[in-house]
Amino acid sequence: MHEVGITRSIIEIAERSARKQGAGKILSVTVEIGALSGVMAEAVEFCFEACSCGTFLEGATLIIEQIAGRGRCRECGTETAIDTCTFACPACGEFALDRLQGDELRIREMEID
Amino acid sequence: MCIDCGCPSGGHDHHHDHDQVRTQGGKTVRIEENLLAKNDRLAGVNRALFAARELLVLNLVSSPGSGKTSILERTLVDLRGRIAFAVLEGDQQTANDAERIAATGVPVHQINTGTGCHLDAHMVGHGIEHLDLAAAEILMIENVGNLVCPASFDLGEDHKVAVLSVTEGEDKPLKYPQMFQAADLMLINKIDLLPHLRFDLEKCRAFARRVNPHILILELSCQSGEGMEAWYAWLAAGLSRKKAL
Repeated sequence: MHEVGITRSIIEIAERSARKQGAGKILSVTVEIGALSGVMAEAVEFCFEACSCGTFLEGATLIIEQIAGRGRCRECGTETAIDTCTFACPACGEFALDRLQGDELRIREMEID
Repeated sequence: MCIDCGCPSGGHDHHHDHDQVRTQGGKTVRIEENLLAKNDRLAGVNRALFAARELLVLNLVSSPGSGKTSILERTLVDLRGRIAFAVLEGDQQTANDAERIAATGVPVHQINTGTGCHLDAHMVGHGIEHLDLAAAEILMIENVGNLVCPASFDLGEDHKVAVLSVTEGEDKPLKYPQMFQAADLMLINKIDLLPHLRFDLEKCRAFARRVNPHILILELSCQSGEGMEAWYAWLAAGLSRKKAL
């Protein structure tokens, strides 16, 4: 359950940024989680309330933007959504997709009081 | 106490409708920071320290029971006098693995992660404080047995080495693609058991290459010793490359 650590990182980064702004309360935080990042958005949501207790984020809204996987086939050049089960190119069937998108694991912005 | 999340204060507002973006009249601040930034920064510190010492560092990852510790034990004994090793052992509990490694005479430190499911760069940074790396050429980091979480955490290693034993089934690379994508080498262990199992070696190789076309695959048995020489040759070649940098 490495999502606990990921969730703690969200809180740590947001609190640090809030202190820089002189804010003591965070209303919402927006994070991007890619489909190929190895992190489950639902698990981060599950951890968030427990991990945020007693922090600037207690009671804050967690907004998760899930980013789909995309890749380009090294064989035929087709750009496609990455099927996380097989990683096959739908055009030529080769398993040679270079990732273009989907690894994201980023805190994008927050809303402070 | 709040019964929903166990928080001692209670009385706060629970939001379960995260799909809806709500603007609450506050000020929006851009952050744009990677959630693994802290781990990646500490991994960078480890990597610089390893590079300064020309130390080849491998992060051994697998499910529990694949034979990581047994492979290490045999490797350390077989290469005694040829390559100087140090070992960091990661487990949730017990020092059992460290005791097995210590019995080979190689310097070892055990990290217990408690409830943690993986090693991170911070733990490794402090773990190596307990080892004398001056005499070592290769640092083996045996991660917590888990095919999921350790894939996301850079420890500062040169390579992740994924161990898959033939008793686990040939489709593990498809079931846990993150790990096999992150690995440069896959060791298929316990091949001495193949005559007793319905394990399709060819399929296993194909599945691993499907998720990671660049992965190198070696088959071995740390019990019978079959295939171990190829693994040792890979270690020696990696060490030469590291020292030539």
